[in-house]
Amino acid sequence: MKNVLQIVYLIPLLPLIGFLINGLGRKRLSKSIISIVGCGTILASFILSIWVFLQVKNGNTHVASYFDFISVGSLKIPFAFQIDQLSSLFLLIITGVGFLIHVYSTSYMHEEKTEHFGRYFSFLNLFVFSMLLLVMGANYVIMFIGWEGVGLCSYLLIGYWFKNTEYNKAANKAFIMNRIGDLGFLIAIFWLFAKTGTVTYGEVFTGVGKLNGSDITIITLLLFVGAAGKSAQIPLYTWLPDAMAGPTPVSALIHAATMVTAGIYMVARSNVLYSLSELSMNVVAVVGLATAILAATIALKQNDIKKVLAYSTVSQLGYMFLALGVGAYSAGVFHVMTHAFFKALLFLAAGSVIHAMSGEQDIRNMGGLSKKIRITYITFLIGCIAIAGIPPFSGFFSKDAILLATYEKSPVLYGIALFGALLTAFYMFRLLFITFSGGFRGTEEQKHHVHESPKPMTIVLIVLAGLSIIGGLVGIPEIFLKGGDKISEFLSPVIAQHGEHTVSHSTEYMLMALSTGLVVAAIIFAWIKFRNYQRSEAMSFGKVLENKWYVDELYEKIIVKPINWLGSFLNKTFERDIIDWLVNGVGRVVNYGSRQLRLLQSGQVGSYVLLMVLSMVIIFVIQFFLRK
Amino acid sequence: MPINYYIFLSIALFAIGIVGVLTRRNAIIIFMCIELMLNAVNLLLVAFSKMHHLKAAMTDITTKAGTDGQLFVFFIMVVAAAEVSVGLAIIVMMYRNIHSVDVNFLNRLKH
Repeated sequence: MKNVLQIVYLIPLLPLIGFLINGLGRKRLSKSIISIVGCGTILASFILSIWVFLQVKNGNTHVASYFDFISVGSLKIPFAFQIDQLSSLFLLIITGVGFLIHVYSTSYMHEEKTEHFGRYFSFLNLFVFSMLLLVMGANYVIMFIGWEGVGLCSYLLIGYWFKNTEYNKAANKAFIMNRIGDLGFLIAIFWLFAKTGTVTYGEVFTGVGKLNGSDITIITLLLFVGAAGKSAQIPLYTWLPDAMAGPTPVSALIHAATMVTAGIYMVARSNVLYSLSELSMNVVAVVGLATAILAATIALKQNDIKKVLAYSTVSQLGYMFLALGVGAYSAGVFHVMTHAFFKALLFLAAGSVIHAMSGEQDIRNMGGLSKKIRITYITFLIGCIAIAGIPPFSGFFSKDAILLATYEKSPVLYGIALFGALLTAFYMFRLLFITFSGGFRGTEEQKHHVHESPKPMTIVLIVLAGLSIIGGLVGIPEIFLKGGDKISEFLSPVIAQHGEHTVSHSTEYMLMALSTGLVVAAIIFAWIKFRNYQRSEAMSFGKVLENKWYVDELYEKIIVKPINWLGSFLNKTFERDIIDWLVNGVGRVVNYGSRQLRLLQSGQVGSYVLLMVLSMVIIFVIQFFLRK
Repeated sequence: MPINYYIFLSIALFAIGIVGVLTRRNAIIIFMCIELMLNAVNLLLVAFSKMHHLKAAMTDITTKAGTDGQLFVFFIMVVAAAEVSVGLAIIVMMYRNIHSVDVNFLNRLKH
């Protein structure tokens, strides 16, 4: 009998249909129809995803194969979806959070013209479609299709307001940075195929013995290059903060539900390979941790509300990679989930703030908003507590799982990661206090205009706030509740478990108390420092942080400039002086030759006959004397 | 007579024809030279055919071997006659137009 899960193709198909309807009918449909189609398709996918999740929970996993996507010689790539614990969990996150963001967008983007409104929703649906394809694919090629799809959609949505040159540049930057990572991913796929002859997950993972150690290391490192591009890790992270050019719900979608979690998913999916390469694991962990700290320090001094959140995403992604790198795959995936809740919440709340401030994004011009936009304030506060990691909010459990796993691996890494967690709490509450407490620092006009956002937006915020509070309960550590760590248990069939906990319970309690205590201290420090924020110029070191360690300038100097120079050099020297010379030379030779040959055509019958006879004689001679 | 004599005569006739075509300017003489070449070939065909037939007739008097060469000569003569009629017509037209049969005036082929 056919597996009931064969029907999962509907999950990505529905958003695709939504994309087609909204994309093609954007000039004809009204805004309400566009909203219904846009949200409705995602909602249907979400309901299907819940059903799929329950099926998987009851132990029904399935690889749904539909047709041969590529079949050339020994290369056979089926178009197939893999439904197992990992992908079903991601399905829930993507469609669930995606749906909430769609609903929020109907209100947030209402000022746009109908045509652009339709374009926006069609892109949003395409984005979700690509991401679903990415997580559902049963081989690396299908994943790569989705991978490129989210890259394209991020470009389209970051450059949504395409009349602004700066935004277009940001969109280009995101796309090009992603392409660099994609190249690594693509080479990894080729390498994998060359060595194993297949790209299907199941076959690769069971046939992993065919690969020798260095192959695995190279493949996993190349895959990680791809993941670093998509998930904004050092050195390819600079596109993500610039991606703030898009509308705020798009930022939420990119940061929470789609796009940046793709890298985590890919590494978690390939955990069998990663577990076999010590070097790759260490690279992932160190790069993740370095990104987490670097981004956290930058976030300390940013003044754009969305930029702070963007750097906090980069930093949290660093934590996820740290978790993957120390072998705690389920902790990494757990953090993806909780992060999706609270980061979507924070972004959407930030969108609500921006909405209330009539488009103002600089927190130095805000302040004292807590009383005016109560719901936004409270939900934002919940998001901050969740990301800072105060029990029993969701962020605490996932971050604690990561920190614990790191401690088991190496106390030094743990120390650095804990410092990062401290920074996280500090910059998030700095953001909160500067925005919401103290006196209002904007213009009079803005002051009168401040208002709470409409219902669809606030309801979404409240739902996400609820999820941020309780979302962590699926992963309560064993020491609090026997059998509480549901998420690792759920994911165990697809993920190579790292061994039993080696730390004693008392150590674990102590670590938790330590991190919670330090986080609370950081929050109090932020409160003292920023409760009554006054505008001030950044000092020497603060200036460096405010300018993001000058990384963009550094890239400009050491990468962009030399490439531009090389380009113009090749253009001037190679292209014009060599290639053009060759091409023109061929033309000149032909021209000259034909001018000479033309003289033969005299029009004299006699000369023609003479030539004819001569050539006949020559042919005769060749035939007669030269033939063997 | 040995076959050599026929071959030498034929080569001589053919060479005279070629040289005539190449050197003379009068269209009618060129024409005659072409005929000369054709007939050189005809002579050769007949000579070989005769030789071949005689050889075969030594063993079998009723043989028809070698007769096809002679038949071929008739075809060539027919084609040559047709060619002459067309060619002479062209020459007549040429004379009517340029009042000359000198082929060097016929250099309009390149235009």
